[in-house]
Amino acid sequence: MNYKTLGKFLTYKFIRLVILIIAVSIISFLLIDLSPIDPVRAYIGEMAVSAEQIAKLQAYWGVNEPLISKITNWVGNILQGDLGTSLIYRTPVVDVISERFTASLTLMFTSWVISGVLGFTLGTLAGMYRGTWIDKTVKGYCYILLAAPTFWIALLFLMVFSVYLGWFPTGLGVPVGKLAADVTIWEWLVRLILPAITLSLLGVAQIAMFTRDKLINVLSSDFVVFAKSRGESGWNLIKRHGIRNILLPAITLQFLSFSELFGGAVLVEQVFSYPGIGQAAVAAGLKSDVPLLLGIVLFSTIFVFCGNAIADLIYKFVDPRIKEGESYEQ
Amino acid sequence: MQEKLLEVSNISISFLQYSAGLRQSNLKVISDLTLDISSGEIVAVLGSSGSGKSLLAHSILGILPSNASLSGKMTYLGKDLNQKRKEKIRGDEIALIPQSVNYLDPLMKVSNQVIGECENEEDKKSKLLKQREIFEKYGLSKEVDDMYPFQLSGGMARRVLVSTALISNPKLVIADEPTPGLDEKSVEETLNHLRQMAQDNVGVLLITHDIDAALSVADKIAIFYAGYVIEIANVEDFSGNGENLIHPYTKALYNALPQTDFKLTTGHQPLHGELPPGCPYFERCDNPTEKCSNNLPILTEISDKKVRCYRANEFKNNNVAIKEESSDELHHTDEIGSFEELNYSEKLDYIEEKDSSKEAGV
Repeated sequence: MNYKTLGKFLTYKFIRLVILIIAVSIISFLLIDLSPIDPVRAYIGEMAVSAEQIAKLQAYWGVNEPLISKITNWVGNILQGDLGTSLIYRTPVVDVISERFTASLTLMFTSWVISGVLGFTLGTLAGMYRGTWIDKTVKGYCYILLAAPTFWIALLFLMVFSVYLGWFPTGLGVPVGKLAADVTIWEWLVRLILPAITLSLLGVAQIAMFTRDKLINVLSSDFVVFAKSRGESGWNLIKRHGIRNILLPAITLQFLSFSELFGGAVLVEQVFSYPGIGQAAVAAGLKSDVPLLLGIVLFSTIFVFCGNAIADLIYKFVDPRIKEGESYEQ
Repeated sequence: MQEKLLEVSNISISFLQYSAGLRQSNLKVISDLTLDISSGEIVAVLGSSGSGKSLLAHSILGILPSNASLSGKMTYLGKDLNQKRKEKIRGDEIALIPQSVNYLDPLMKVSNQVIGECENEEDKKSKLLKQREIFEKYGLSKEVDDMYPFQLSGGMARRVLVSTALISNPKLVIADEPTPGLDEKSVEETLNHLRQMAQDNVGVLLITHDIDAALSVADKIAIFYAGYVIEIANVEDFSGNGENLIHPYTKALYNALPQTDFKLTTGHQPLHGELPPGCPYFERCDNPTEKCSNNLPILTEISDKKVRCYRANEFKNNNVAIKEESSDELHHTDEIGSFEELNYSEKLDYIEEKDSSKEAGV
């Protein structure tokens, strides 16, 4: 690999990320400022307070300061690594995000891998046996999944597998009333299965349909016709020419789907009461926890950006047509 | 030693098409094609671009698209060549030299591609040795082995494609349009490869629209017109004033060459799906008979050639001159064959001629 080009690419991406973060920060800050969310009210909660005390709190939080100074204060703090303190959890936002994200990461990574592998396999099968019942089944399955909302599928799974069949617990990351230190890996895993499967399903449909389409294109290409004319056939033909040509685009697509993964996690974690970053995002929104909400927005921006950057990287440095092409130019 | 390799009799290829909504229609692309080829012989199928010549190659190899239907009979070494047998011998005994670099997998290194699928490591090793040998012969250096198709130049790609055919010692090689887009030197080089193959007793079926290439390399030439083979002539017949050629189209084609008379004939080939009931050349023929308009002549043997014409015997005996066209008609008529059939300098000449006629206000 050409390290110089890689360095250049990464620097360029980093600059883009900085610009993106600045833009996202300002826009989301403005949106929250314009919205009816009132952090002071959120802070007070159910307590009975006098108007005088509210005014004091407002002065303390700087509610009535001009917008510009609010933004500069906030951005200045972020640059020092201070995202503020979460109003609902009463701990620094950075801590909340890192704790919640660790829990989510397992969930998202598992479902990302499952959806990738399963989707690619199903898509390959459907493309290989185009027009047969295999293809029709895969296609039907994908259309249903794409048409059904994630939260609805999550509820359905919860009803069938947890309530009727009782195979899995109905929710939460760990059993109720147990100390975090006492939770066994098994107890934790068993609670992960159902949310992970649900989250995988949406991804499966997308990647399967994409793979199927790509494979059909490849199979009708001139080079596959030529390979057939040279006596290649069946699975070997698919392996030698099909998979080779569809794997890279499929992996790229999978990295590009980070945003959907994040969006899906928000819904699925909510339904399964799984204590991940998605649930924290919903809680922050509902309870007007402005610092946490802004923190999660920034964090998810970086997350999705990384997925896209990896996809770009793969295309640029793994595909021989682009990789070798550039090194030959030099 | 010459043995009959492939005999193709009366094959037709048609496509099922949807025309005007859900109405299906059958589009006939190749009609009643007959030809044979022996070992050590080069047979050229000469026809204009887009006339469906490549489909002939694909039908012999059994790689026609699924909506195409094939009828007629093929035999290979005297035995029936059905789809099952095609699948068995293609790649081993019958090899295809495809048209363009698009027929190479864009993500596979050239050497792997040339050797094709291997049974085991040993097979792979011996094939790699052979591939190196062939590449050496064609002047492809060791670096080419590890290149991807997009890194090959046009001439290199052509040599790589020819190499794919040689790796398995085929008895019959089908070269599908091997010359377009190449400079004169590369064309000559490619044709030499074909000659070399024929000398090694391989039968070569050359499918082309390049009449110069066909005339310089082939033993027999089958002229393809509107999906029909209208004449199978020996290459020696294309000489003098074409007096040994029989079919009026073949004569016209020959006389349209710059090195002969550079004469033009009006009209154009009927399109697929618009074939007349009679002779496909009826509209443009100078001496048609009553019979020609409604009855399709069949390909008949005349001495050692085959012709599809009712008046073949007459034409053979007295060389009927072809009517000359005045240049006034040039702007609304097509010359014989198609523009693509001309080589570069001919095209230039043609364009200049057209321009000058425009300037003259014709």
